[in-house]
Amino acid sequence: MNRHLLSAADLTRDDALLVLDTAEELAQLTERATVKKLPTLRGRTVVNLFFEDSTRTRTSFELAAKRLSADVINFSAKGSSVSKGETLKDTALTLEAMGSDAVVIRHSWSGAPVNLARWVKGSVINAGDGTHEHPTQALLDAFTMRQRHGRLEGLRVTIVGDVLHSRVARSNVLLLSTLGADVTLVAPPTLLPVGVEAWPCETSYDLDAVLPKSDVVMMLRVQRERMGAAYFPSSREYARRYGLDVRRVTALKDDAIVMHPGPMVRGMEIAPEVADGVRSTIQEQVANGVSVRMAVLYLLLGGAESAIGGVVSETREEGLQ
Amino acid sequence: MTAAQEPTRPVQGDPAAARPVLTAPEVARVVDRMAHELLEKTGGGADVVLLGIPTRGRDLARRLAGRIEAFEGLTIPTGSLDITLYRDDLRLKSPRALEETELPSDGVDGKLVVLVDDVLFSGRTIRAALDALADLGRPRAVQLAVLVDRGHRELPIRADYVGKNIPTSLRETVHVQLTEHDGVDAVLLGPAAA
Repeated sequence: MNRHLLSAADLTRDDALLVLDTAEELAQLTERATVKKLPTLRGRTVVNLFFEDSTRTRTSFELAAKRLSADVINFSAKGSSVSKGETLKDTALTLEAMGSDAVVIRHSWSGAPVNLARWVKGSVINAGDGTHEHPTQALLDAFTMRQRHGRLEGLRVTIVGDVLHSRVARSNVLLLSTLGADVTLVAPPTLLPVGVEAWPCETSYDLDAVLPKSDVVMMLRVQRERMGAAYFPSSREYARRYGLDVRRVTALKDDAIVMHPGPMVRGMEIAPEVADGVRSTIQEQVANGVSVRMAVLYLLLGGAESAIGGVVSETREEGLQ
Repeated sequence: MTAAQEPTRPVQGDPAAARPVLTAPEVARVVDRMAHELLEKTGGGADVVLLGIPTRGRDLARRLAGRIEAFEGLTIPTGSLDITLYRDDLRLKSPRALEETELPSDGVDGKLVVLVDDVLFSGRTIRAALDALADLGRPRAVQLAVLVDRGHRELPIRADYVGKNIPTSLRETVHVQLTEHDGVDAVLLGPAAA
Protein backbone atom coordinates (compact mmCIF):
# COMPACT_ATOMS: atom_id res chain seq x y z
CA MET A 1 0.00 0.00 0.00
CA ASN A 2 1.55 3.31 -1.01
CA ARG A 3 1.32 6.17 1.44
CA HIS A 4 0.58 9.84 1.03
CA LEU A 5 0.77 13.14 2.84
CA LEU A 6 -2.73 14.52 2.29
CA SER A 7 -3.49 15.93 5.71
CA ALA A 8 -1.47 16.88 8.75
CA ALA A 9 -3.64 14.27 10.49
CA ASP A 10 -1.85 11.57 8.43
CA LEU A 11 1.15 12.07 10.70
CA THR A 12 1.39 10.41 14.07
CA ARG A 13 3.51 12.12 16.70
CA ASP A 14 6.42 9.79 15.88
CA ASP A 15 6.02 10.45 12.13
CA ALA A 16 5.98 14.20 12.64
CA LEU A 17 9.06 14.13 14.87
CA LEU A 18 10.83 11.87 12.35
CA VAL A 19 10.15 14.47 9.64
CA LEU A 20 11.43 17.32 11.83
CA ASP A 21 14.56 15.40 12.93
CA THR A 22 15.30 14.33 9.34
CA ALA A 23 14.83 17.90 8.15
CA GLU A 24 17.28 19.07 10.80
CA GLU A 25 20.00 16.68 9.60
CA LEU A 26 19.30 17.65 5.99
CA ALA A 27 19.53 21.35 6.85
CA GLN A 28 22.86 20.63 8.55
CA LEU A 29 24.11 18.84 5.44
CA THR A 30 22.91 21.31 2.84
CA GLU A 31 23.55 24.54 4.72
CA ARG A 32 26.52 24.03 6.99
CA ALA A 33 28.33 21.23 5.18
CA THR A 34 27.29 22.77 1.81
CA VAL A 35 26.32 19.50 0.14
CA LYS A 36 24.14 20.80 -2.67
CA LYS A 37 23.17 17.47 -4.15
CA LEU A 38 22.40 14.15 -2.49
CA PRO A 39 22.02 10.96 -4.58
CA THR A 40 19.13 9.58 -2.54
CA LEU A 41 16.22 9.85 -5.01
CA ARG A 42 18.21 9.30 -8.20
CA GLY A 43 15.93 7.81 -10.85
CA ARG A 44 12.72 8.82 -9.11
CA THR A 45 10.31 11.19 -10.81
CA VAL A 46 8.37 13.84 -8.93
CA VAL A 47 5.58 15.70 -10.70
CA ASN A 48 4.64 19.17 -9.50
CA LEU A 49 0.99 19.47 -10.48
CA PHE A 50 -0.06 23.05 -9.78
CA PHE A 51 -3.56 24.18 -10.63
CA GLU A 52 -3.22 27.35 -8.53
CA ASP A 53 -0.59 30.06 -8.60
CA SER A 54 2.28 29.58 -6.21
CA THR A 55 5.81 30.88 -6.04
CA ARG A 56 7.33 29.64 -2.85
CA THR A 57 5.67 26.24 -2.51
CA ARG A 58 6.32 25.13 -6.08
CA THR A 59 9.92 26.32 -6.18
CA SER A 60 10.48 24.90 -2.70
CA PHE A 61 9.27 21.44 -3.72
CA GLU A 62 11.23 21.65 -6.96
CA LEU A 63 14.44 22.57 -5.17
CA ALA A 64 13.87 19.90 -2.51
CA ALA A 65 13.37 17.17 -5.13
CA LYS A 66 16.36 18.32 -7.17
CA ARG A 67 18.65 18.42 -4.14
CA LEU A 68 17.78 14.75 -3.64
CA SER A 69 18.58 14.07 -7.34
CA ALA A 70 14.99 13.27 -8.34
CA ASP A 71 13.78 14.17 -11.82
CA VAL A 72 11.20 16.94 -11.59
CA ILE A 73 8.38 17.66 -14.01
CA ASN A 74 6.59 20.95 -13.49
CA PHE A 75 3.06 20.98 -14.68
CA SER A 76 0.88 24.03 -14.32
CA ALA A 77 -2.71 24.31 -15.43
CA LYS A 78 -1.93 27.24 -17.68
CA GLY A 79 -0.43 26.02 -20.94
CA SER A 80 -1.48 22.41 -20.39
CA SER A 81 -4.34 20.28 -21.67
CA VAL A 82 -6.33 21.41 -18.64
CA SER A 83 -7.00 24.66 -20.47
CA LYS A 84 -8.44 22.50 -23.27
CA GLY A 85 -10.94 20.95 -20.85
CA GLU A 86 -9.12 17.84 -19.59
CA THR A 87 -10.38 16.62 -16.23
CA LEU A 88 -8.21 16.15 -13.15
CA LYS A 89 -8.61 12.39 -13.45
CA ASP A 90 -7.45 12.27 -17.07
CA THR A 91 -4.52 14.53 -16.25
CA ALA A 92 -3.63 12.23 -13.36
CA LEU A 93 -3.83 9.10 -15.50
CA THR A 94 -1.62 10.71 -18.14
CA LEU A 95 1.02 11.52 -15.55
CA GLU A 96 0.65 8.01 -14.14
CA ALA A 97 1.29 6.52 -17.59
CA MET A 98 4.51 8.52 -17.74
CA GLY A 99 5.69 6.72 -14.61
CA SER A 100 5.75 9.33 -11.87
CA ASP A 101 6.71 8.15 -8.38
CA ALA A 102 5.13 11.06 -6.57
CA VAL A 103 2.70 13.84 -7.40
CA VAL A 104 2.82 17.12 -5.52
CA ILE A 105 -0.56 18.73 -6.06
CA ARG A 106 -1.94 22.19 -5.45
CA HIS A 107 -5.58 22.66 -6.37
CA SER A 108 -8.35 25.11 -5.58
CA TRP A 109 -10.74 22.27 -4.73
CA SER A 110 -10.62 21.05 -1.15
CA GLY A 111 -10.18 17.28 -1.33
CA ALA A 112 -8.62 17.12 -4.82
CA PRO A 113 -5.44 15.40 -3.46
CA VAL A 114 -7.51 12.65 -1.78
CA ASN A 115 -9.21 11.88 -5.09
CA LEU A 116 -5.89 11.96 -6.90
CA ALA A 117 -4.48 9.47 -4.39
CA ARG A 118 -7.22 7.01 -5.40
CA TRP A 119 -6.29 7.29 -9.07
CA VAL A 120 -2.51 7.14 -9.15
CA LYS A 121 -0.08 4.46 -7.99
CA GLY A 122 2.57 6.83 -6.61
CA SER A 123 2.56 8.86 -3.43
CA VAL A 124 0.52 12.06 -3.38
CA ILE A 125 1.66 15.11 -1.43
CA ASN A 126 -0.87 17.82 -0.76
CA ALA A 127 0.72 21.21 -1.46
CA GLY A 128 -2.47 23.08 -0.62
CA ASP A 129 -6.05 22.18 -1.53
CA GLY A 130 -8.61 24.98 -1.52
CA THR A 131 -9.40 26.07 2.01
CA HIS A 132 -8.65 22.62 3.40
CA GLU A 133 -5.04 21.71 4.19
CA HIS A 134 -1.38 22.45 3.53
CA PRO A 135 0.53 19.88 5.60
CA THR A 136 4.09 20.70 4.51
CA GLN A 137 3.53 24.34 5.49
CA ALA A 138 2.50 23.16 8.96
CA LEU A 139 5.63 20.99 9.14
CA LEU A 140 7.95 23.86 8.21
CA ASP A 141 6.15 26.11 10.69
CA ALA A 142 6.60 23.53 13.46
CA PHE A 143 10.25 23.13 12.43
CA THR A 144 10.79 26.90 12.66
CA MET A 145 9.08 27.08 16.08
CA ARG A 146 11.20 24.22 17.41
CA GLN A 147 14.35 25.82 16.02
CA ARG A 148 13.60 29.14 17.73
CA HIS A 149 12.12 27.88 21.01
CA GLY A 150 13.85 24.51 21.33
CA ARG A 151 10.58 22.72 22.03
CA LEU A 152 7.00 22.30 20.84
CA GLU A 153 5.44 20.61 23.86
CA GLY A 154 3.44 23.20 25.79
CA LEU A 155 4.32 26.02 23.38
CA ARG A 156 1.53 28.62 23.16
CA VAL A 157 0.81 29.34 19.50
CA THR A 158 -1.65 32.03 18.43
CA ILE A 159 -2.91 31.95 14.84
CA VAL A 160 -4.53 35.21 13.79
CA GLY A 161 -6.73 36.25 10.90
CA ASP A 162 -8.61 34.61 8.06
CA VAL A 163 -8.94 31.14 9.56
CA LEU A 164 -12.06 30.45 7.50
CA HIS A 165 -10.17 30.38 4.19
CA SER A 166 -6.88 29.16 5.59
CA ARG A 167 -5.53 25.71 4.82
CA VAL A 168 -2.42 26.75 6.75
CA ALA A 169 -4.46 27.24 9.93
CA ARG A 170 -6.19 23.85 9.65
CA SER A 171 -2.99 21.93 9.06
CA ASN A 172 -1.20 23.81 11.83
CA VAL A 173 -3.97 23.14 14.36
CA LEU A 174 -3.87 19.42 13.57
CA LEU A 175 -0.09 19.08 13.55
CA LEU A 176 0.59 21.29 16.56
CA SER A 177 -1.99 19.48 18.67
CA THR A 178 -0.35 16.18 17.67
CA LEU A 179 2.98 17.63 18.82
CA GLY A 180 1.61 18.90 22.13
CA ALA A 181 1.50 22.66 21.52
CA ASP A 182 -1.48 24.77 22.68
CA VAL A 183 -3.10 26.62 19.79
CA THR A 184 -5.43 29.61 20.02
CA LEU A 185 -7.19 30.92 16.92
CA VAL A 186 -7.98 34.64 16.90
CA ALA A 187 -10.29 36.05 14.23
CA PRO A 188 -13.45 38.07 13.74
CA PRO A 189 -16.49 35.78 14.19
CA THR A 190 -17.18 35.93 10.45
CA LEU A 191 -13.75 34.47 9.66
CA LEU A 192 -13.94 31.45 11.97
CA PRO A 193 -15.29 28.32 10.30
CA VAL A 194 -18.49 26.61 11.39
CA GLY A 195 -17.60 23.67 13.62
CA VAL A 196 -14.38 25.22 14.93
CA GLU A 197 -15.53 24.23 18.46
CA ALA A 198 -14.64 20.65 17.56
CA TRP A 199 -11.05 21.52 16.58
CA PRO A 200 -8.32 20.70 19.09
CA CYS A 201 -7.69 24.38 19.96
CA GLU A 202 -9.07 27.47 21.72
CA THR A 203 -10.66 30.42 19.95
CA SER A 204 -10.86 34.13 20.76
CA TYR A 205 -12.06 37.36 19.15
CA ASP A 206 -9.71 39.56 21.19
CA LEU A 207 -6.12 39.73 19.91
CA ASP A 208 -4.84 42.08 22.63
CA ALA A 209 -5.93 39.67 25.38
CA VAL A 210 -4.09 36.71 23.84
CA LEU A 211 -0.81 38.32 22.72
CA PRO A 212 0.95 38.63 26.13
CA LYS A 213 0.60 34.85 26.70
CA SER A 214 1.85 33.80 23.26
CA ASP A 215 5.22 32.23 22.44
CA VAL A 216 4.42 32.26 18.72
CA VAL A 217 2.14 34.60 16.77
CA MET A 218 1.27 33.41 13.29
CA MET A 219 -0.42 35.97 11.07
CA LEU A 220 -2.60 34.72 8.19
CA ARG A 221 -3.17 36.48 4.91
CA VAL A 222 -6.65 37.85 4.34
CA GLN A 223 -7.62 35.83 1.27
CA ARG A 224 -9.55 38.39 -0.72
CA GLU A 225 -9.64 36.13 -3.77
CA ARG A 226 -11.68 33.51 -1.92
CA MET A 227 -14.13 36.02 -0.44
CA GLY A 228 -17.40 36.31 -2.31
CA ALA A 229 -18.92 38.57 0.33
CA ALA A 230 -17.84 41.20 2.84
CA TYR A 231 -16.52 39.49 5.97
CA PHE A 232 -15.46 42.71 7.71
CA PRO A 233 -16.44 46.39 7.27
CA SER A 234 -13.15 47.78 5.91
CA SER A 235 -9.47 46.97 5.60
CA ARG A 236 -8.66 49.74 8.08
CA GLU A 237 -10.96 48.31 10.69
CA TYR A 238 -9.56 44.82 10.13
CA ALA A 239 -5.99 46.10 10.46
CA ARG A 240 -6.88 48.01 13.62
CA ARG A 241 -8.49 45.02 15.37
CA TYR A 242 -6.56 42.07 13.97
CA GLY A 243 -3.42 43.46 12.37
CA LEU A 244 -0.03 43.02 14.05
CA ASP A 245 1.43 46.50 14.32
CA VAL A 246 4.40 47.93 16.22
CA ARG A 247 2.29 48.78 19.27
CA ARG A 248 0.96 45.22 19.61
CA VAL A 249 4.44 43.72 19.26
CA THR A 250 5.54 45.56 22.43
CA ALA A 251 2.94 43.50 24.32
CA LEU A 252 4.69 40.25 23.36
CA LYS A 253 7.01 38.22 25.57
CA ASP A 254 10.72 38.88 25.01
CA ASP A 255 11.31 35.61 23.17
CA ALA A 256 8.02 35.48 21.25
CA ILE A 257 8.35 35.08 17.49
CA VAL A 258 6.22 36.38 14.62
CA MET A 259 5.45 34.07 11.71
CA HIS A 260 3.64 34.43 8.39
CA PRO A 261 3.21 31.69 5.77
CA GLY A 262 3.35 34.24 2.94
CA PRO A 263 2.46 35.86 0.68
CA MET A 264 1.74 38.71 3.08
CA VAL A 265 -0.25 41.87 2.63
CA ARG A 266 1.87 44.51 4.36
CA GLY A 267 -0.20 47.05 6.22
CA MET A 268 -3.21 44.72 6.37
CA GLU A 269 -2.56 41.75 8.67
CA ILE A 270 1.05 42.73 9.42
CA ALA A 271 2.89 46.06 9.58
CA PRO A 272 6.02 46.30 7.40
CA GLU A 273 8.22 47.11 10.44
CA VAL A 274 6.98 43.91 12.15
CA ALA A 275 7.44 41.74 9.05
CA ASP A 276 11.05 42.90 8.79
CA GLY A 277 11.70 43.00 12.55
CA VAL A 278 13.98 40.80 14.65
CA ARG A 279 11.12 38.60 15.86
CA SER A 280 10.04 37.80 12.32
CA THR A 281 10.87 34.30 11.05
CA ILE A 282 9.37 34.84 7.61
CA GLN A 283 12.64 34.35 5.70
CA GLU A 284 13.64 31.40 7.91
CA GLN A 285 10.30 29.76 7.16
CA VAL A 286 11.07 29.87 3.45
CA ALA A 287 14.57 28.41 3.93
CA ASN A 288 13.26 25.73 6.29
CA GLY A 289 10.58 24.82 3.75
CA VAL A 290 13.19 23.27 1.47
CA SER A 291 14.69 21.10 4.24
CA VAL A 292 11.28 19.96 5.46
CA ARG A 293 10.11 19.08 1.95
CA MET A 294 13.34 17.16 1.34
CA ALA A 295 12.60 15.20 4.51
CA VAL A 296 9.03 14.44 3.39
CA LEU A 297 10.18 13.34 -0.08
CA TYR A 298 12.93 11.16 1.40
CA LEU A 299 10.65 9.51 3.95
CA LEU A 300 7.87 8.90 1.42
CA LEU A 301 9.99 7.87 -1.59
CA GLY A 302 13.45 6.96 -0.33
CA GLY A 303 12.82 3.30 0.39
CA ALA A 304 10.87 0.24 -0.59
CA GLU A 305 7.95 1.49 1.42
CA SER A 306 7.14 4.86 2.97
CA ALA A 307 8.23 5.58 6.51
CA ILE A 308 5.46 8.14 7.09
CA GLY A 309 2.05 9.13 5.82
CA GLY A 310 -1.53 7.95 5.51
CA VAL A 311 -3.43 5.69 3.13
CA VAL A 312 -6.67 6.34 1.30
CA SER A 313 -9.68 4.10 1.25
CA GLU A 314 -12.88 4.59 -0.71
CA THR A 315 -14.53 5.97 2.38
CA ARG A 316 -11.77 8.22 3.70
CA GLU A 317 -13.27 11.10 5.67
CA GLU A 318 -11.21 14.19 6.36
CA GLY A 319 -10.60 15.27 9.93
CA LEU A 320 -11.63 18.90 9.94
CA GLN A 321 -14.51 19.72 7.60
CA MET B 1 17.13 -8.14 4.46
CA THR B 2 19.81 -10.74 4.88
CA ALA B 3 22.64 -10.21 7.31
CA ALA B 4 25.06 -9.83 4.42
CA GLN B 5 23.60 -6.46 3.51
CA GLU B 6 23.42 -5.18 7.04
CA PRO B 7 26.86 -4.78 8.55
CA THR B 8 25.86 -3.03 11.79
CA ARG B 9 22.63 -3.76 13.58
CA PRO B 10 21.19 -4.34 17.02
CA VAL B 11 21.70 -7.65 18.77
CA GLN B 12 19.73 -10.40 17.07
CA GLY B 13 18.64 -13.70 18.48
CA ASP B 14 19.37 -14.61 22.06
CA PRO B 15 22.02 -12.29 23.58
CA ALA B 16 22.77 -14.98 26.14
CA ALA B 17 23.85 -17.29 23.30
CA ALA B 18 26.41 -14.71 22.14
CA ARG B 19 29.98 -15.37 23.22
CA PRO B 20 32.43 -12.57 24.01
CA VAL B 21 35.39 -12.27 21.67
CA LEU B 22 36.77 -9.15 23.30
CA THR B 23 36.19 -8.13 26.89
CA ALA B 24 36.33 -4.55 28.19
CA PRO B 25 40.08 -4.53 29.02
CA GLU B 26 40.82 -6.12 25.66
CA VAL B 27 38.79 -3.47 23.82
CA ALA B 28 40.80 -0.79 25.66
CA ARG B 29 44.13 -2.42 24.71
CA VAL B 30 43.03 -2.78 21.08
CA VAL B 31 42.02 0.90 20.88
CA ASP B 32 45.37 1.90 22.43
CA ARG B 33 47.24 -0.15 19.85
CA MET B 34 45.21 1.33 17.00
CA ALA B 35 45.97 4.84 18.26
CA HIS B 36 49.72 4.04 18.27
CA GLU B 37 49.53 2.51 14.79
CA LEU B 38 47.70 5.54 13.51
CA LEU B 39 50.39 7.86 14.88
CA GLU B 40 53.12 5.65 13.41
CA LYS B 41 51.56 5.32 9.96
CA THR B 42 50.60 8.98 9.60
CA GLY B 43 53.95 10.36 10.64
CA GLY B 44 52.79 11.65 14.01
CA GLY B 45 49.19 12.43 13.16
CA ALA B 46 49.73 15.74 11.35
CA ASP B 47 46.74 16.81 9.20
CA VAL B 48 44.72 13.79 10.35
CA VAL B 49 40.94 14.08 10.70
CA LEU B 50 38.99 11.21 12.28
CA LEU B 51 35.49 10.75 10.86
CA GLY B 52 33.35 8.17 12.61
CA ILE B 53 30.33 6.51 11.03
CA PRO B 54 27.39 6.76 13.47
CA THR B 55 26.68 5.53 15.91
CA ARG B 56 29.51 3.41 17.28
CA GLY B 57 32.08 4.48 14.71
CA ARG B 58 31.69 8.03 15.97
CA ASP B 59 32.30 6.88 19.54
CA LEU B 60 35.39 4.95 18.45
CA ALA B 61 36.71 8.01 16.59
CA ARG B 62 36.37 10.06 19.76
CA ARG B 63 38.13 7.36 21.78
CA LEU B 64 41.00 7.14 19.33
CA ALA B 65 41.38 10.91 19.45
CA GLY B 66 41.28 10.77 23.25
CA ARG B 67 44.05 8.14 23.40
CA ILE B 68 46.22 10.04 20.90
CA GLU B 69 45.82 13.14 23.02
CA ALA B 70 46.85 11.15 26.10
CA PHE B 71 49.93 9.66 24.40
CA GLU B 72 51.22 12.67 22.45
CA GLY B 73 49.28 15.71 23.70
CA LEU B 74 48.07 16.16 20.14
CA THR B 75 44.46 17.18 19.50
CA ILE B 76 43.08 15.40 16.43
CA PRO B 77 39.93 16.93 14.91
CA THR B 78 37.04 14.46 14.90
CA GLY B 79 33.61 14.42 13.34
CA SER B 80 30.86 12.12 12.22
CA LEU B 81 29.71 11.09 8.79
CA ASP B 82 26.22 9.71 8.26
CA ILE B 83 25.98 7.50 5.18
CA THR B 84 22.24 6.74 5.17
CA LEU B 85 21.45 8.89 2.12
CA TYR B 86 24.27 7.20 0.18
CA ARG B 87 23.42 3.56 0.92
CA ASP B 88 23.00 1.22 -2.04
CA ASP B 89 20.24 -0.72 -0.28
CA LEU B 90 17.95 2.27 0.38
CA ARG B 91 15.40 0.95 -2.10
CA LEU B 92 15.22 -2.41 -0.34
CA LYS B 93 13.74 -1.23 2.93
CA SER B 94 11.79 1.54 4.59
CA PRO B 95 13.66 4.90 4.79
CA ARG B 96 15.65 5.23 8.00
CA ALA B 97 16.12 8.13 10.33
CA LEU B 98 19.27 10.11 9.56
CA GLU B 99 22.22 10.36 11.90
CA GLU B 100 24.37 13.37 12.49
CA THR B 101 26.98 14.54 10.00
CA GLU B 102 29.37 16.95 11.62
CA LEU B 103 32.70 18.05 10.22
CA PRO B 104 35.53 19.70 12.15
CA SER B 105 35.59 23.46 11.56
CA ASP B 106 38.55 23.21 9.17
CA GLY B 107 36.72 20.72 6.97
CA VAL B 108 38.38 17.83 5.14
CA ASP B 109 40.05 19.54 2.17
CA GLY B 110 43.72 18.56 1.94
CA LYS B 111 43.48 16.46 5.13
CA LEU B 112 44.28 12.82 5.78
CA VAL B 113 40.82 11.53 6.64
CA VAL B 114 40.63 8.32 8.63
CA LEU B 115 37.13 6.79 8.46
CA VAL B 116 36.27 4.90 11.64
CA ASP B 117 33.62 2.16 11.97
CA ASP B 118 32.94 -0.62 14.43
CA VAL B 119 32.62 -3.64 12.11
CA LEU B 120 33.92 -4.10 8.56
CA PHE B 121 31.78 -6.67 6.75
CA SER B 122 30.55 -6.38 3.14
CA GLY B 123 32.35 -3.06 2.61
CA ARG B 124 29.17 -1.41 1.37
CA THR B 125 29.01 1.03 4.26
CA ILE B 126 32.53 2.21 3.46
CA ARG B 127 31.68 2.56 -0.22
CA ALA B 128 28.76 4.79 0.77
CA ALA B 129 31.05 6.71 3.15
CA LEU B 130 33.54 7.38 0.34
CA ASP B 131 30.72 8.83 -1.78
CA ALA B 132 29.46 10.95 1.10
CA LEU B 133 33.00 12.17 1.80
CA ALA B 134 33.52 13.16 -1.84
CA ASP B 135 30.49 15.48 -1.54
CA LEU B 136 31.96 17.15 1.54
CA GLY B 137 35.38 18.00 0.16
CA ARG B 138 38.60 16.65 -1.25
CA PRO B 139 40.84 14.98 1.32
CA ARG B 140 44.53 14.43 0.51
CA ALA B 141 44.04 10.73 1.28
CA VAL B 142 41.49 8.49 2.98
CA GLN B 143 42.25 5.59 5.32
CA LEU B 144 40.01 3.18 7.21
CA ALA B 145 40.10 2.08 10.84
CA VAL B 146 37.75 -0.63 12.17
CA LEU B 147 37.50 -2.32 15.54
CA VAL B 148 36.51 -5.67 14.01
CA ASP B 149 37.06 -7.09 10.54
CA ARG B 150 34.75 -10.06 10.14
CA GLY B 151 35.48 -10.80 6.47
CA HIS B 152 32.98 -11.56 3.66
CA ARG B 153 33.81 -8.50 1.60
CA GLU B 154 31.59 -7.80 -1.40
CA LEU B 155 33.67 -4.88 -2.67
CA PRO B 156 37.41 -4.24 -3.15
CA ILE B 157 37.82 -2.43 0.17
CA ARG B 158 40.29 -3.09 3.00
CA ALA B 159 41.08 -1.48 6.33
CA ASP B 160 44.38 0.27 7.19
CA TYR B 161 43.94 -0.27 10.94
CA VAL B 162 42.17 -3.35 12.31
CA GLY B 163 41.47 -3.90 16.00
CA LYS B 164 40.77 -7.60 15.65
CA ASN B 165 40.23 -9.96 12.75
CA ILE B 166 37.38 -12.32 13.59
CA PRO B 167 36.77 -15.11 11.07
CA THR B 168 33.00 -15.64 10.94
CA SER B 169 30.42 -17.56 9.01
CA LEU B 170 27.74 -15.54 7.21
CA ARG B 171 25.16 -16.85 9.65
CA GLU B 172 26.92 -15.47 12.69
CA THR B 173 26.43 -11.95 14.02
CA VAL B 174 29.13 -9.65 15.38
CA HIS B 175 27.97 -7.11 17.87
CA VAL B 176 30.16 -4.33 19.22
CA GLN B 177 29.09 -2.83 22.52
CA LEU B 178 30.53 0.46 23.75
CA THR B 179 29.87 2.08 27.11
CA GLU B 180 28.60 5.25 25.42
CA HIS B 181 25.60 3.31 24.10
CA ASP B 182 25.49 -0.06 25.73
CA GLY B 183 26.88 0.63 29.18
CA VAL B 184 29.69 -1.87 28.64
CA ASP B 185 32.64 -2.46 26.30
CA ALA B 186 32.60 -5.83 24.54
CA VAL B 187 32.62 -7.56 21.21
CA LEU B 188 30.17 -10.46 21.02
CA LEU B 189 29.91 -13.22 18.45
CA GLY B 190 26.52 -14.85 18.27
CA PRO B 191 24.47 -17.12 16.05
CA ALA B 192 22.12 -15.32 13.66
CA ALA B 193 18.47 -15.08 14.49
CA ALA B 194 16.47 -17.95 13.00
